[in-house]
Amino acid sequence: MPALRKRWLGNEVMNTPNDIQVDIVVPNQTRYLSLIGNIGEAIAKELDRYQGDRETLAYHLNLVLTEAMANAIRHAHHDNSKKTVRVKIHIDHHQLCIEVYDQGQGFDLESVPEPDPGAPVDHGRGLFLIRTLMDEVEYRRGKDGNVLIMKKKLG
Amino acid sequence: MKLEIDKQNDWTILHLLEPRLDAHNSGELKDRILKLLESGDKQLVIDLSEVRFIDSSGLGALLSGYKNANLHHGSLVLAGPQSRVKSMFELTRLNQVFDIYASVAEALAGE
Repeated sequence: MPALRKRWLGNEVMNTPNDIQVDIVVPNQTRYLSLIGNIGEAIAKELDRYQGDRETLAYHLNLVLTEAMANAIRHAHHDNSKKTVRVKIHIDHHQLCIEVYDQGQGFDLESVPEPDPGAPVDHGRGLFLIRTLMDEVEYRRGKDGNVLIMKKKLG
Repeated sequence: MKLEIDKQNDWTILHLLEPRLDAHNSGELKDRILKLLESGDKQLVIDLSEVRFIDSSGLGALLSGYKNANLHHGSLVLAGPQSRVKSMFELTRLNQVFDIYASVAEALAGE
């Protein structure tokens, strides 16, 4: 069904009628974590095509959004309140995709160590949680900014 | 951060009255716990029953409190986590570090 297929125009996705896309920019402050997390949670509760437990998915989306945004605010932007964080959430029939943009130095996702349960420390679990809860995680560095892309299958 | 502090015998109970424990308020929690330990309140129960969401920095603040309690020859235990909050401790295996009780009453009884 060609009508339902996505058409790509540059980097923008043309939505099909049942898609949801949210594109939001907030100040680089941790007080906005709950706003973004709650949007993820509210969206998850609407996903009647999701096979698993929607309440659990809601918590998990709240969590990955909170973790990814906190990373951008703290580590990429060093709490600079003049910066902003952009978050995009796109849901189509098959999957949910979250993108969190930053203008920091960037990092190598592969070199982030897994937490050591034998010697727990009080930081460094954010990306571990994101990787555990999402199906695909990718970090792209670019000269105009970086983006953490997190995908979850809905089928 | 909204919290209430109760004392019962040797125990100091911190009732966290925030629905979210995240990077916005976890630093303050870490400081509050450290100040209590430094002022001599060394047996701490953290009542999580009102917390419906915790992120990695919230877990980190509690772990920092746990370690600081040990350094002060005290202890820090957790009480009453909601199921999804409790599952975060399991996912990160921090349930192997903390003593987690179903309620404050059970924590005080050491059950």
